Amino acid sequence: MSTHRQVIIIGSGPAGLTAALYASRANLKPLVIEGIEAGGQLMLTTMVENWPGYRDGIMGPDLMTELRAQAERFGAEIIQGDVTSVNLSQRPFTVNVDKTAYTADALIIATGASAKWLDLGVDKKLSGRGVSTCATCDGFFFKGLPVAVVGGGDTAMEEAIYLSKLATHVTVIHRRDTLRASKVMQDKAMSTPNISFLWNKEVIDIKDLDQGKVTSLVLRDTQTGAQSDLAVDGVFIGIGHVPNTALFAGQLAMHDNGYLKTHDGSRTSVPGVFAAGDVQDHVYRQAVTAAGSGCMAAIDAERFLSGTLHDSHQSTVVSSQS
Amino acid sequence: MASEKVKTFTDANFADEVKSGVVLVDFWATWCAPCRRIAPIVDQLAEEFNGRLTVAKVDIDENPMTPSKFMVRGIPTLLLFKDGDLKETIVGLETKDRLTQVINKHL
Repeated sequence: MSTHRQVIIIGSGPAGLTAALYASRANLKPLVIEGIEAGGQLMLTTMVENWPGYRDGIMGPDLMTELRAQAERFGAEIIQGDVTSVNLSQRPFTVNVDKTAYTADALIIATGASAKWLDLGVDKKLSGRGVSTCATCDGFFFKGLPVAVVGGGDTAMEEAIYLSKLATHVTVIHRRDTLRASKVMQDKAMSTPNISFLWNKEVIDIKDLDQGKVTSLVLRDTQTGAQSDLAVDGVFIGIGHVPNTALFAGQLAMHDNGYLKTHDGSRTSVPGVFAAGDVQDHVYRQAVTAAGSGCMAAIDAERFLSGTLHDSHQSTVVSSQS
Repeated sequence: MASEKVKTFTDANFADEVKSGVVLVDFWATWCAPCRRIAPIVDQLAEEFNGRLTVAKVDIDENPMTPSKFMVRGIPTLLLFKDGDLKETIVGLETKDRLTQVINKHL
């Protein structure tokens, strides 16, 4: 089987699969390499209430199953596997997946973002031992136990609300005194009886590595510096995401925060390489904006391949600044 | 479709099943989306290491004792046993290459 494609799409969240949908409908027979976190962040959510067209919401995994089937219906080829390296310095571009080297004339990068950890070292060591970044995956293990959620955004609120149905009590730990979460999520969390908030606190240690499980958190007050302990059996981290751009280091221009730079729609710093979704968006980060940018990337790739993608004007430098 | 080479362990037979040889156990649940992603990789490992490695799954909803005994508090978790001793704990998603390396260390 040939390993050359006109278009390869890396990633299978809303951006990657929407790009696949458009590229397949344009008869480009795209290959989608879905990656280890196939389906993206929506696979870890429950009800998605802000995807247009579903007045009662749709479950994240169900939405991704539909989107995948829709892309396949028009001929997108979706393979399991994780990209281990890419070479964007010569054409066609090379994309290595385990031991197979694929080549492509155009590339759409939709590798998304993954949950950020606390950077304590101990949090990763206790992953799966009481520290988690996925309430819907691991909440089950904390039925009837007290847990904490770290963070003040929508992800943290969603985790807290989900966990409140399982845990005896959920303590939200936030390093500021106001939440970043949307009003509707804040209201939901604050009106849940067994969710409480600890403001201006950061987690500086998680115990107990020796026992191989979480027993308590050591917190520091961001105002006074005072330390305190909070006894919990689990801690869920919801402090944001980091873009999955390590594969492209040194090959594509990035912002200081690691997100890919794009200009004139979805173009990256290498002609023929396009980016869509959270990997290049540190502002909106919504499923629907990811899908929209996936569509843009597919259209840009199609025009690139047909030789009709032209710079609108000399705007490259201006629009790619951070 | 799940590989026929992947066994199903339960709380009742777990200790006996891991007693000898190298055994990889995938702890999962029907509601766990990431578990569905690692399942095909586990299937492939069962096919590729056929005869040298026993591969099995434990549904944590139906078998609460075993995950509790091994302090599994997140899924997917893969445990690797050699002659009854726990050798490796792999939490979360991993690539097939990485899992192959880990398994090869103990064969």
